[in-house]
Amino acid sequence: MPSPADLLSQAFNGLGLGALLALVSSGLTIILGTLGVLNFAHGALFMLGAYAMYVVATASGSFLLALVVGAVFMLLVGVALERGLVRLFYSRPHEDQILVTFGAGIVFTEAARAIFGANALNAPAPAWGQGIVRLGFLFYPIYRLELIGIIALLLLGLYLLLYRTSIGLVVRAGIEDARMVGILGINVRRAFLAVFATGVVTAGVSGMLYAPLVSVEPDMGSNFLVQAFVVIVIGGLGSFPGAVVGGLVAGEIIALTSAFNAAYSDVMLYAVMALLLVVRPQGLFGSEGRV
Amino acid sequence: MKNRVSSGLGRRQLVQAGLGAAAGGVLLPAAVRSAAAAPAALGTWPAGSSGDSVFVGITSPLTGPYSADGKDHALGYELAIEEINAGGANAQAWGLKGKGVLGKMVKYAIADSELKPNVAVQAQTQFIQKNKAVMITGCVSSATAVALEELAQRERVLNMVGASGANETTGKNCQRYAFRTQPPAYMACKALAPVVGKHYGRGKKVAYLVPDYVYGHSVHQAFAEFTKPFGWTEVSKQVVPLSATDYSSALLNIANSGADLFVNIEFAGAAVNSTKQAVQFGLFKKMQMIVPNISSFQAQETGAQVMEGVFGTMDFWWTLENQFPLAKNFVTAFQAKNKRPPMWGAHIGYMQTYLWALGVERAKTFYPPTVIKTLEATKADPMDSTLGKVWYRAEDHQLVRPVPVVRAKAPKAMKDKNDYFDIVSMVPGEEAINPPAALGCKLGSYT
Repeated sequence: MPSPADLLSQAFNGLGLGALLALVSSGLTIILGTLGVLNFAHGALFMLGAYAMYVVATASGSFLLALVVGAVFMLLVGVALERGLVRLFYSRPHEDQILVTFGAGIVFTEAARAIFGANALNAPAPAWGQGIVRLGFLFYPIYRLELIGIIALLLLGLYLLLYRTSIGLVVRAGIEDARMVGILGINVRRAFLAVFATGVVTAGVSGMLYAPLVSVEPDMGSNFLVQAFVVIVIGGLGSFPGAVVGGLVAGEIIALTSAFNAAYSDVMLYAVMALLLVVRPQGLFGSEGRV
Repeated sequence: MKNRVSSGLGRRQLVQAGLGAAAGGVLLPAAVRSAAAAPAALGTWPAGSSGDSVFVGITSPLTGPYSADGKDHALGYELAIEEINAGGANAQAWGLKGKGVLGKMVKYAIADSELKPNVAVQAQTQFIQKNKAVMITGCVSSATAVALEELAQRERVLNMVGASGANETTGKNCQRYAFRTQPPAYMACKALAPVVGKHYGRGKKVAYLVPDYVYGHSVHQAFAEFTKPFGWTEVSKQVVPLSATDYSSALLNIANSGADLFVNIEFAGAAVNSTKQAVQFGLFKKMQMIVPNISSFQAQETGAQVMEGVFGTMDFWWTLENQFPLAKNFVTAFQAKNKRPPMWGAHIGYMQTYLWALGVERAKTFYPPTVIKTLEATKADPMDSTLGKVWYRAEDHQLVRPVPVVRAKAPKAMKDKNDYFDIVSMVPGEEAINPPAALGCKLGSYT
């Protein structure tokens, strides 16, 4: 049995893990909830963000500059991907959408391998994120601590964009009935482009923020894609608050299980997901029949 | 009704033909009869070696998390085959004669195994069926290794087992048709334990980070066993899923465990990732890291600063060129071709191709049972290699070879950018290898 201090340490770490999962998953769920497209390229877009961080931060030495340049780069990728590919699949069956985004993901991954090689690269942590700090009962890396705050701000920004702006209103109306919104003279297509690009930027920014914590390599996105799916199933497919709460729940499950036996952390996560699917198939925040 | 009649006719014709053949047998010339007494066709023999070339099927993970190691591995095979086909000084130094193997050019193809056993098995099955491969080889994972061994035994095609460190490969999953050069976990840990035991002293507390698959558990068990005589005890064992990328939870537990030493068993990208995060959690302020089997690119990807002072073993490190002439040839040729020294993944590919070629030339035939028996008899006549004299053990097909125990250099002690390790000792194979029956190997049939 772990000591109370160990449990508290892990509970705190779960918050850090959960914040990251929430951000990764929110990009996936925004696109799914609005466009009905399950974006299987999400993991690869996460990876592209991490490489963007590596390239710009290494060249310029500035983490913030890398974040801004990287976000613009991801925006361009998102627009190109939507205009050039995904747009053509809105009215096609889900299987086609899954296959085409999955294929795009493979192209991104192999392109990264061709350009940067297969070896893992190191993205530096920002100067203000070096070292560890003592938080009473535990030592915690400063950068991970700061990330919790940064992600909270980003999620708040996303929330305001989706729920407190007129673009958000159009988007949410578009989810309910895209044709009706079109008849009302509103350009739904443009709103859809904005949503897709936002989802892509969110995936990329997650990758950028995560890059200093892990090694940057072409396949780094695949695990996050799987975990993001679990999170949005727990939180409710297509629900933004669901992704946030689902992310935190998943983070706590992984961390608290690790206090007992880390080998079972994934198993527990899937077990909870399976249980939830039985008890509440629409997830914590999902509405029945949505998506 | 009509069918019946025609099939009846067919039967009669068959009987007649059979009688004719039997009669012919009596009259066959002596030369043809002696050919008929040669062994029956087996696997891809004789079809695979009846032309003027033979085919070798290679699989390596060129994509996926071990792709850097997989690429290196493939380069080793390519270099060896190139040298063997050219029949130049390097091939002669190994004891090979003429161009190719037994005068036949070696053709090959490299398939991407994606680090998935089923993909590797599928690719090698194609190589066996379509290309009549006389030998299959290559992997960077024990899960794939074991799957290919099974395939080799079933298809009766020789398998030089690519990179694989689990005990099972030449233990309970061993096969008559499979031979391995890399030291198993048991051997690596037995070689390493006395070195670290002496360096760090008695009664240390140890924390383990263990990837949750056959290789991880092999290494953990072996390291714990061989450090017990030094009074080392386990204070924390963190088994993490193979897919993990965030080790924060496991590392928090290790940071709080009060351990003196941190034994990191993670491999390749996971080893780099977990080490990087261990630095972030301040682990190295409290404990020293030991890596029982250091991955090819671990020092380069983690950075010399972090790796400084870390003990471990490796299949091969390029500065062994100063100890063995064949290693010198290998490193020089590889460096000239690829503009960097070979890592141990490349070494395994290179060495295995040569040992196979040597086995075939000594056997004077590609007939698999004869080649296998020749390799099994190498104890009496060891083969000269990049690691000095080596031989395969008849009981489990593990290569008896020295194990390099290495220690990572301080950045300022490095002579050039690839000079990451000192060779602390070359532990003789006989000293480190497991007793033949210890890992439960039962080899299968020759035919």
